[in-house]
Amino acid sequence: MKLIKQLGLIIFLVGLFFFIGTIFTGSFNLKQADLDTFLKEQNYKSTVIKGALESAVVTSEDLNIFEFSSRVTKAYAASNTFYDNRIQKYDAEKNWDKKGAQYQYKISGKPHSLSFTLAKKAGKGFAADNTGFMWFLTFGLGIIGALMFIIPDVVLLGKPGIKNDGIYLSASTNRGWIGWFAFLFLVTFYILLYFYPDFIVNWVYLVDPISKSINGNPASQWFLYGFLYCTVMSVMAVRMYIKYRHNKYQILRTTSVLFFQIVFAFLIPEILVRFEKPWYDFKNAFPLDYDFFFKWNLDELLASGSFGLFILVWGIVLTIVVVPVMVYFFGKRWYCSWVCGCGGLAETLGDPYRQLSSKTLLSWRAERIIVHSVLIFVLVMTGFALYTFFSGSGEVLGIQTQTIQDIYGFLIGAIFAGVIGTGFYPIFGNRVWCRFGCPLAAYLGFIQRFKSKFRITTNGGQCISCGNCSTYCEMGIDVRAYAQKGENIIRSSCVGCGVCAAVCPRGVLKLENGPEDGRINPTEILLGNDVDLMELVQKK
Amino acid sequence: MEHIVIIGNGISGVTAARHIRKNSDKKITIVSAETTYFFSRTALMYVYMGHMKFEHTQPYENWFWEKNRIALKEGFVDNINTKDQQLNFTNGETLTYDTLIIATGSKPNKFGWSGQDLEGVIGMYHKQDLEKLEKLAPDNKACNRAVIVGGGLIGIELAEMLRSRKIPVTFLVREDSFWNGVLPAQESAMLNAHIKEHHIDLRLSTNLKEIKSDKNGRVKSIIIEETGEEIACNIVGLTAGVTPNIAFLKESGIEIGRGVKVNRFLETNISNVYAIGDCAEQHEAIGQRRNIEAVWYTGRMMGETLAQTICGNKTAYKPGHWFNSAKFLDIEYQTYGWVFSEKGKQENEAYFQWQHPTEQKCITISFDKNTQLFLGINTFGIRMRHEIFDKWLTENQPITHVLAHLADANFDPEFYQLHEAEIVAKFNKENNANILLKKKSWKRIFSKTR
Repeated sequence: MKLIKQLGLIIFLVGLFFFIGTIFTGSFNLKQADLDTFLKEQNYKSTVIKGALESAVVTSEDLNIFEFSSRVTKAYAASNTFYDNRIQKYDAEKNWDKKGAQYQYKISGKPHSLSFTLAKKAGKGFAADNTGFMWFLTFGLGIIGALMFIIPDVVLLGKPGIKNDGIYLSASTNRGWIGWFAFLFLVTFYILLYFYPDFIVNWVYLVDPISKSINGNPASQWFLYGFLYCTVMSVMAVRMYIKYRHNKYQILRTTSVLFFQIVFAFLIPEILVRFEKPWYDFKNAFPLDYDFFFKWNLDELLASGSFGLFILVWGIVLTIVVVPVMVYFFGKRWYCSWVCGCGGLAETLGDPYRQLSSKTLLSWRAERIIVHSVLIFVLVMTGFALYTFFSGSGEVLGIQTQTIQDIYGFLIGAIFAGVIGTGFYPIFGNRVWCRFGCPLAAYLGFIQRFKSKFRITTNGGQCISCGNCSTYCEMGIDVRAYAQKGENIIRSSCVGCGVCAAVCPRGVLKLENGPEDGRINPTEILLGNDVDLMELVQKK
Repeated sequence: MEHIVIIGNGISGVTAARHIRKNSDKKITIVSAETTYFFSRTALMYVYMGHMKFEHTQPYENWFWEKNRIALKEGFVDNINTKDQQLNFTNGETLTYDTLIIATGSKPNKFGWSGQDLEGVIGMYHKQDLEKLEKLAPDNKACNRAVIVGGGLIGIELAEMLRSRKIPVTFLVREDSFWNGVLPAQESAMLNAHIKEHHIDLRLSTNLKEIKSDKNGRVKSIIIEETGEEIACNIVGLTAGVTPNIAFLKESGIEIGRGVKVNRFLETNISNVYAIGDCAEQHEAIGQRRNIEAVWYTGRMMGETLAQTICGNKTAYKPGHWFNSAKFLDIEYQTYGWVFSEKGKQENEAYFQWQHPTEQKCITISFDKNTQLFLGINTFGIRMRHEIFDKWLTENQPITHVLAHLADANFDPEFYQLHEAEIVAKFNKENNANILLKKKSWKRIFSKTR
């Protein structure tokens, strides 16, 4: 069994090696005809870009992706600089008409995204030509190796029960060198995904056949991400099933997040695209789905007939009716730990890191300031977006709606939710985004704190202050601080993962939905002591 | 300002300090030689097992003490001069008090075994024991085998700790079944099997004769009393119970027996000197409790109670219904009210027992066979609500009431398989009864007794 586990690790690392190595393979250049087709599709008005791209990438040279990317981005930059210079020139000449006419020639879009689109057409080489085989060497070996590493635990971990032995003695789960390496890998991955998609175009080739079979189109980097996300969650869900096989709550919850990720966040949206409907994740509620009210999205939905209208209505109903009503009955866990994709990744890939979240009072303070700031940010931005949509004016109070949207997309959507939110799992625990950044979590938190039937009940006076609950709380709640006073835990941030109750050695905690009356139960003297004393002190 | 000095920063002393601070502005100093900051002793095992770091066992962040104006003094009290109300430390320092609370807890028992002070012989009580164990038994290469002497709660915890690092363990238990002085035979037998499942070499009805030393004064092996068998080992864990840690009080004039003698108000024979927690010994037992209760919960309750007295609301220590809990390897245990083992139970006490056919779950309900009054319950592998059982005990409910409403008491996580129907069916069959199990009712769960 141990041998299988070790072999699995080696196979996984070989798969990872091929995966990373794939980036550096292949050659990129375009034939004149291909570039012409591309330019036709894009319909650029710039007269400069054609020549610039031609001299850059129509070549018989075998460029690697980095060289290719650099040439393409320079070509676009050259084109835009050309028109910028003209703008300056006409500006100096105070020739306003001509100056204004120049803007249409400028090409918008992020340089590396433009480069990605072109690279996707230009790639040749082993990865691009043998997608099936290369998929096996990367994804295939990764999955097989990981499963071989995980499944022997059924035997190796011994009888069902809490399996936390050695967590703080291991370099991977105690911020040791493996943890830092994982951190580096995840952060790099997200930076590439969000800001340098062209660099990972070879990975995207690997999932082209899958993409074509589901939505009929070649894959984008977002399809790659979605596929990878589902794969990682599925494999790590197997780990959850084994680790918590004595705990039905954990088993059902893991199954639920896996189902919602694969079906709702991945398959349904991709299939919608196949039927030429807008890509939409029916469970992704605003304001987590922060661009729902952006003008381009509303325009697209309204242009998609009755189906688009249905999505529009559903999206609004989801946020203002379904979400709060469900939180009232079940707590925010119904979303954060049973449905949400971010939560899903945190509870599968992130589970080994849950103990690393900070429990200090200071981090609780920081958490409240940051997460509520993001909520305010998203609401203000949405106000701007709606104003722009209805009034048609691109700016509010002199501020460009687009600018605000771009800042949010960059700072919160990409950096916070992706790079920090997931990249920092191995250092700050698996709910960094959910705890400090998610505006939906902040919104659900208000309802959970002030109007909900959900609580974690503390079992009378049974707490021995051991600290397992606090240590394993991924949201950094000091659960023990409540339990040792005999108080129920009512915290807006609690995502109801149920692990505090699972790790408690004395059966002190239970997640439950009960009557609101008596949900918050401040206590002075714990149950078990003199009844008269308990009453006396409680009355004061 | 009145100066309250508390010797010992365990759960009793810290609870007293916290409650005195809540109710007064008195000057408070906690003295400890073990650690600067309060930690949960019951959690030490998880540090060695790698579930937590030591800092996680500390229930309060370090700023808490200054913020609440609780001074922490490191030092080992050598003796107490009760005339001058002064503590003398081993390093020559002194500290005067107006009110003294002795909360020094326990120390592991040693019964005069030959070799009991060799290097490699440890208890599992203090933080220093943990550090020693980490040094002597970091893995199964440095420690080929450990022998644990004494089949109680600390013994099985130490066995679990060592097994988490794959160290072979031989577990010597004096009784003929694990902890059967406390547990009914059904439960004790289940635990015997569970201990063996964890590859612990459990030796029942077995006593330690002596511990042998190698030429460097380190543990080499132990000899078993009954068979004379020699077992080679690097570590010997002595976990045969604890006694009050009060040696420093001998000359103080404070009355001591096995522990510090106190009355119901936790007062010693000297005014302004109190004792709470493991080290306190009641002159007369309270109900069916022991005179000395070395339990986390009772220490906490004494702390809560004494704080009232010190803050001007003189209050007797009157603990409510007995409860306790523990975890034996993977099996959780809770108890409410009194369930005595076959050895200890009274003539009028009868059991109703149920055991799961395949899983390690069982319950024993103790009741009065004449009046049918519910006396107490032991549950293994099933969590129960403290409040509900406390209420039923206060209300003097009969066992039939308890069984009919058992669903109200279940505290297992959601979606767990429930066994109330099987339990009630078994009782009905055995007793020719006709109890109908009632559905769980939130209304009943939250209705208070008074």
